[in-house]
Amino acid sequence: MSFINYMAREINCKIVYYGPGLCGKTTNLQYIYERTNPDAKGKMISLATETERTLFFDFLPLSLGEIRGFKTRFHLYTVPGQVFYDASRKLILKGVDGVIFVADSQMERLEANQESVENLRTNLAEQGYSLEKIPYVVQYNKRDLPNVISVEELRPLINPMNVPDFEANARSGVGVFDTLKAVSKSVLNELKRGG
Amino acid sequence: MVNPQMVMYEEEFNQIQTVVDRLVREANAKVVFIVDKNGQLIAASGDVDNIDTTSLASLTAGNIAATGGIAKLLRENEFATQFHEGEKANIHIQLVGNRVILVVIFDSKSSLGLVRLRVRKASDELNRIFEALLSKVAEPGSDSPFAEITDEDIDNLFND
Repeated sequence: MSFINYMAREINCKIVYYGPGLCGKTTNLQYIYERTNPDAKGKMISLATETERTLFFDFLPLSLGEIRGFKTRFHLYTVPGQVFYDASRKLILKGVDGVIFVADSQMERLEANQESVENLRTNLAEQGYSLEKIPYVVQYNKRDLPNVISVEELRPLINPMNVPDFEANARSGVGVFDTLKAVSKSVLNELKRGG
Repeated sequence: MVNPQMVMYEEEFNQIQTVVDRLVREANAKVVFIVDKNGQLIAASGDVDNIDTTSLASLTAGNIAATGGIAKLLRENEFATQFHEGEKANIHIQLVGNRVILVVIFDSKSSLGLVRLRVRKASDELNRIFEALLSKVAEPGSDSPFAEITDEDIDNLFND
């Protein structure tokens, strides 16, 4: 649920990176953080375990610039991917405006991706959202690894709705900003429609 | 959508800011701020220059969300109040009308009793303001400033 502040002339939107454990959600945020102009970003917060697994969420506030005199701010969140953190994932989806699903392209993670998409669908529904209606894009991450499934094979399994999708290597940054731009555009278009 | 769009107008913002400014004084607080349950900062007052309010807002909302999750497991409606005591700073977190979060940061110049007392009064006032605000937003015809943006406006944001 975006927040329009007429007083500060600001619009705030919440974007959530979803996906199975170790698919690269935090890495996406880290890359964005490193490559963004200091004026346009706030501090990145990671609530992680000692072994750097996300425990609750990562958070990165970004400002994109002005649109019709309103500053647009995006709050990026990741969820903890590990299956047993489901209660936390539900909390982070509250008030979401757009979702990026980060898929791990490796052969052995196919099932984990599919389970995670289903989990996203269920958890959104619990909040009264539907995956069909919310701004939603898919990223096939880790394309640089040798044992990946081709996008043609992945698409019908991970992205049967055919939403915008992108190949990425979050560690080197390939596809990271393309994915973010796509979901941001979709969120702003939704606002335009009065969503 | 499950929740009505959160919108803030000048009139209500000024009312909220007045309540928050007064709470800083009356509770002898260092900082007072209001966050919505999704982690967006709504208003702040006091010594805010030395504090990262955006991060605080997001973490406070996460905290309230986690505590709300625990409450649900215990079949409680909400734990509306939280208090964390530090060596120098203390933080009092109050859920107002199950909608927004009122956060008071204070040190030894104040006390928990005083903060609780002042927060209770401020909560009632804030609740009334937010109720009025929400009914205003729900009125038909309150048009979004974004209804008229073009695809070009959106594209321009990303031309860097």
